[in-house]
Amino acid sequence: MNSPSNGAIEYDVGTDQWVLNMGPQHPSTHGVLRLTLRTDGELVTECAAHIGYLHRSAEKIGENLTPRQFIPFTDRLDYLAGMNMNLGLTLAVEKLAGFTPSEKTRHLRVLAVELCRIASHLVAACSTGLDLGSFTPFMWSFREREKIQLLFEELCGARLTYSYITPGGVTADVPEGWLDRCEAFLDQFEPVIDELHALLTSNRIFIQRMAGIGVLSAEDAIAYGCTGPVLRGSGVARDLRRHGEPIYRGMYDDYRFEIIAPVNGCYPQDHDYPPVPPQAVVGDSWHRFYVRMLEVVQSIGLVRQAIAKYRQSSGSVDPPWQVKQKLPPGEAYLETEAPKGQMGFFIVSDGSAVPWRLRIRSSSFSNLSVVEKLCRGVLLADVAAIVASLDIVLGEIDR
Amino acid sequence: MTDQIASRLPESWAWAAWAGAALIHVALMLCFVLAAVAFFVWLERKVSARIQDRLGPTRVGGRFGWLQSPADGIKLLCKEDIIPAAADSFLFRIAPYLCFCPAFAAFAAIPLADGWVALRLDIAVLFVLAVAGMEIFGVILAGYASGSKYSLFGAMREAAQVVSYEAPLALCLVIPVMLAGSMDLTTIANAQEGWFTQWFVFHNPFSFAAFWIYVVCATANTNRAPFDLPEAESELVAGFMTEYSGFRWAVFFMAEYTAMLAVCLIASIAFLGGWNGPIPWTGWLGLSYSVHPALGFLGDFVGFLNLTAKSFLGVIFIMALRWTLPRLRIDQVMAMCWKYCVPLAAAMLLGAAVWLCLFPGGVFRGVGLRNAPSPTVAAVGAFAGEREQVQP
Repeated sequence: MNSPSNGAIEYDVGTDQWVLNMGPQHPSTHGVLRLTLRTDGELVTECAAHIGYLHRSAEKIGENLTPRQFIPFTDRLDYLAGMNMNLGLTLAVEKLAGFTPSEKTRHLRVLAVELCRIASHLVAACSTGLDLGSFTPFMWSFREREKIQLLFEELCGARLTYSYITPGGVTADVPEGWLDRCEAFLDQFEPVIDELHALLTSNRIFIQRMAGIGVLSAEDAIAYGCTGPVLRGSGVARDLRRHGEPIYRGMYDDYRFEIIAPVNGCYPQDHDYPPVPPQAVVGDSWHRFYVRMLEVVQSIGLVRQAIAKYRQSSGSVDPPWQVKQKLPPGEAYLETEAPKGQMGFFIVSDGSAVPWRLRIRSSSFSNLSVVEKLCRGVLLADVAAIVASLDIVLGEIDR
Repeated sequence: MTDQIASRLPESWAWAAWAGAALIHVALMLCFVLAAVAFFVWLERKVSARIQDRLGPTRVGGRFGWLQSPADGIKLLCKEDIIPAAADSFLFRIAPYLCFCPAFAAFAAIPLADGWVALRLDIAVLFVLAVAGMEIFGVILAGYASGSKYSLFGAMREAAQVVSYEAPLALCLVIPVMLAGSMDLTTIANAQEGWFTQWFVFHNPFSFAAFWIYVVCATANTNRAPFDLPEAESELVAGFMTEYSGFRWAVFFMAEYTAMLAVCLIASIAFLGGWNGPIPWTGWLGLSYSVHPALGFLGDFVGFLNLTAKSFLGVIFIMALRWTLPRLRIDQVMAMCWKYCVPLAAAMLLGAAVWLCLFPGGVFRGVGLRNAPSPTVAAVGAFAGEREQVQP
């Protein structure tokens, strides 16, 4: 725009749009995600996600190793939920082989997987706080996660990459007194959830930053293939622990738990956790966060039930298969409910010990795909909140 | 001090007296400010550690890590000095000092005890606000000169935020100025002499509310959480400081803590009685210059400790806020300023002005100990309507 009266002074100030490169080294992109944002001032007009910075050819490696040898690589897919990744591959292989582990093994697997889900959701929920500039809840949740890791260390010798659940069974039975320590942890942990709610869920600034931001409708969530808390946060009550294939669903047959999802805006159970704020819209970042926080409570219940059932069941825990045990020819695909969403393993075997093909369906990959839709027309600060609420793990996306 | 030095020198050497006095003042101020900043760096680590169930520094200097700040300083001095290729080298170099100097210069007019001030100005409040507000130039320059988009984003946020919050901040400070009838910070503090009920924060409901608005605006003005948008880590990496490292980064850091100390000192002087403790025991013990110069100095020193304690408590409060709350978004920060802080501060100013006309003594002024022999008599006096006039 030129000045109205005289042309002596140039009033034309450039107001171009910027392309802002966020990542792969950026504090809030959860690893090595790279987002390129087209920004008009603080307003993001376009967002594109670039992935592949953590690609390690996990699927190809899986075609050169036996499933038992490949288990340590699954730990590194979603490195925040190694147990769940172990279970995904293990069940797919066992489905192919038509193998059913003993009752005691089943309960022990449920125990490990749900404990790991607590750990993963703790990181997810509280790194959301970190992305909003609140450092303390992150430290508090890591303090609790540390205790879970110590339990796992005692159980299988590893803190992060467990390789505990393997085709055939688990690598070791629980050590003496471990179940008591596990229960003691749960008793101590339950009140801490209220503290985290006080710092985040019901904090007014947190609600202002999360409620109504990044609204993902149920139709869009299904269309984009979103699963896990992202799908449930949009009000779709789908959880493979109840809706999955029999071999996976059967693990949870005699367990009681609720599927957490705001169906028609209401959560299923009568819980005494913070009420849904009026600003929150089903499918927004706040609901995705809240679903995870409530799922932690459900997982605590599941772990308690698993401990009781493990104690009641007789027999022994199944040992792992031989490393080079041959697989029957054929193919099997199985999806399990990992903390981030539905994690699928596809195995094709030609009858040898090494799978002919191995493919992995990543939940974070589908969940990330909505970021371009959600980040259009939001402010720069909201991008961090939205990415945090999607809870992606790049190790799983890039594989 | 200029006069004292000048009296020992020939008359034609008056400039030397000026220069000498100025140097001594600057040295004293630097000592106070740098010691406070070093303490705050350590304190922030310890406060955040306590809040987060950690220990904080424990290694350098014994159990409590007392020497952590000097160790940090040495580390930063030894770091490689990096100026990005895309940066405007000259502006990039001077920006940190443009940021620190105004924050430091504001201390020239801030009294630390009765008469302990480098420059006793009649317009001290105005001077402090104006000079401290210049800090923003350094930040904008840093953001512009860094040649990084993140830095520029941080600088733009700072420009919008700090300029906005200066308005309600100044409005809040007008209330103590009005109550004391002076813009001289020393006069303002002395007008609150006596019991803690004499403090301007307790003068009337409006000044009480204005104090809390001041707290919000001061937090925003010093870029502390939940208003730390210019350096929002999760969005802008480090905002305007993204490209800075080593000692230049440390200067920015010092500027932030210096500004934080400055706003807390002003809050203590304008609202919380300055160097007057909650209980006027120094007066009872006769620690005044009228009894003996040494006793008077001792009284001033106690006052200095009072003021320091109050402002340090304020700093700890701001730190605790930072480690508790998430960060606001830029539109929410601006809405908070223009929709809530400015109208509220203006309303408080109006309310305080009306109150001053109707009840010049304030809420508790009647029960002050200074002119009343005992609280009972004073209370009776207050009911009888014998209210004390505000000190000029």
